[in-house]
Amino acid sequence: MSKIKILFLNIKNVIIGQLSPQKIKERLETMKSFWKSVPEQVQRLSILLILIIVAFFIVRALLVPSDFGKYGHYRASAVDEIISQELRYAGSKACNECHDDIAESKTKGYHRNISCEVCHGAGYEHTQDPSEIVLEAPRDRGYCPLCHEYLTSRPTGFPQIVSSSHNPMKPCISCHEPHDPKPPETPRECAACHAEIARTKSVSHHVYIACTRCHNAPEGHKISPREFLPSKPQSREFCGQCHAKKSEETKGIPQIDPTSHNSRYVCWQCHYPHLPEAR
Amino acid sequence: MKQLQNEKGNRSKRRDFLKKISVSLFSLVLPGILKAEETSDDEKPWIIGDDYNPREHYWGMAIDVNKCIGCGRCANACKTENNVPKHPYFFRTWVERYQIFEDGESTVDSPNGAINGFQIKGTNEGRVIRSFFVPKICNQCDNPPCVQVCPVGATFMTPDGVILVDANYCIGCRYCIQACPYGARYLNPETKTADKCTFCYHRLVKGLSPACVEACPTQARVFGEVHKKASPLVRFKRMNKISVLKPALNTEPKVLYANLDVEVR
Repeated sequence: MSKIKILFLNIKNVIIGQLSPQKIKERLETMKSFWKSVPEQVQRLSILLILIIVAFFIVRALLVPSDFGKYGHYRASAVDEIISQELRYAGSKACNECHDDIAESKTKGYHRNISCEVCHGAGYEHTQDPSEIVLEAPRDRGYCPLCHEYLTSRPTGFPQIVSSSHNPMKPCISCHEPHDPKPPETPRECAACHAEIARTKSVSHHVYIACTRCHNAPEGHKISPREFLPSKPQSREFCGQCHAKKSEETKGIPQIDPTSHNSRYVCWQCHYPHLPEAR
Repeated sequence: MKQLQNEKGNRSKRRDFLKKISVSLFSLVLPGILKAEETSDDEKPWIIGDDYNPREHYWGMAIDVNKCIGCGRCANACKTENNVPKHPYFFRTWVERYQIFEDGESTVDSPNGAINGFQIKGTNEGRVIRSFFVPKICNQCDNPPCVQVCPVGATFMTPDGVILVDANYCIGCRYCIQACPYGARYLNPETKTADKCTFCYHRLVKGLSPACVEACPTQARVFGEVHKKASPLVRFKRMNKISVLKPALNTEPKVLYANLDVEVR
C-alpha cells in the first residue's frame, strides 16, 4: 500500500503543491464563475447524477458480500459452505479397516472391485457409530438383478440371468456367496452326456442335489450306458425324506402329507424332479 | 523560459503543461496498478477444509460406455450423498439407455434416472441392432456456458476446475439451467436455487472420490487429476479412444467418454 500513498502525495504536489494560498483562492473564484455560467437545468442534472453515482456505490457496498471477488467472480465463503455438506458414503477404505476378513475374501473374486457400499448402502454413519447404526445386506432377490438381470443393452459377456426362470423365489445368496461369487456347478461326470438335464437342473431348486443322490449308476453305465441303467427312486418315501411333513430339519421346503397326497403314484410320475417348479 | 500564449491570452509554462498531461495520462493506468497490487495478494495459497489446496489439483472424470451395465447405482448413490430430491426428475447424474433399431430408429430412455434399474422394453426388443447405456453427469466444462450467463456470480469455477453453485447467492433465475447444453442442472424445489453435480466437492477436499465413482460396480467411471501423470484418468486417456459430448459447442468438457456411439447426444 505504501507505493500508492507516495503516488497520491506526488499527484497532490503536482496539482496544488506549488500554488500559494492566494492562487488557490483565485482558482476557486474561477471555478465558481464557471459553475454560475452553466445553465441551471444542467446544474440540477449534474447534482442528480452525482447523487445517483454516490447512491450506487453505497448500495453496492451494502449488497455485495465482503468476500466477493476475493479469489474470482464469486463469494469465497461459498466454497466453505459447500464443503460443509455431510458425508454419506464412507468409502471402501474405511470399510476395510474393520472388516478386513471380508475384504480379504473379496480380493480374488469377481466382485473384488465392487465397493462394499454398493450393496450395503451408504455407511458413513455406521463408521461413526458402529454399534448403534448397522448396515443391512440385501437378502431378497430384488437387488442382484439390478446388475445381473438379462438386458439387451448390457455389455456382452457380463453374467446375466432371466430371474423369472432362474430358481424363482429363491434368494440369490442361498447359492451364490456375494463376496466371492462363483457359478454353481453340476456334477461334471453326468453332465458330459446328460447336459440338457444338467442345464435344466441348474436353474431349478434341486441344483445342489447331486445326480447320484437319486440315481444309483452302476460302474458299467459309463462304458455301456444302455446295458447298465442307473436306478430311479421307486418309493414315495425317497422324496418324502425331504418333502414329507414330519421332516423337521428340512423346513422351508415344500412339504406334503405322503399318506393323503395322491398315494397311488410315485412322485416323479407327476412332478419332474430335475425342474420341480415346472408344471 | 519562453512563455506559451494561446488564443484567449492564457499563459502557461511548457513545463506545467507537460506535468499535467503526464499526470492525466498516468491516472488512466492507475486502476491497473491498484489491481495488480491486489492480485499479488490473490496468489497466496488458498486452503479449503483441513489441508486442501485447490490450486494443486485439476479434476476430471472418464466414463467407459462399454463397461456400464445400467444398474443405476451411481444415480442412487448421488441422490443419497447429496440429498437430491427423490422426485423422478431431479438428477445430478443419471443413466440413459440407447436402443437403435433395424429401421434406423433410435430411442433413449431413463426411467427414474435408472435408480430402479431398467426393464426389458416390450415387443420391439427383437429388432434392436445396437443398444448400450450412457451415464450422464455435469461435464464440468472448461468453458462453461452456465457460468457465463449467471447474472449475479452465483455459479463459478474453482481453481481445481469444478463448477459450483453458491446456493445462498443464487437468485433462482434459471438462466444457467437454460444455458447448459447437457441438461445437467435443475432447480432444487426445496431451496428454489439452481443445483448441479459438484464432483462431490465436499468429498474431494477430504481425499475421497465422488459417490458415483465409489458406487460404480464395474469401474465404468474413472476419476482423477487431469494434469498429473500418476492419475487413473491420464491412464484411461492413454488406453482408450476418447470423445466428449457435443464437441462442436466448444464447451471443453472435463468428462470424457470412451467407446461413445454416434447416436449419443
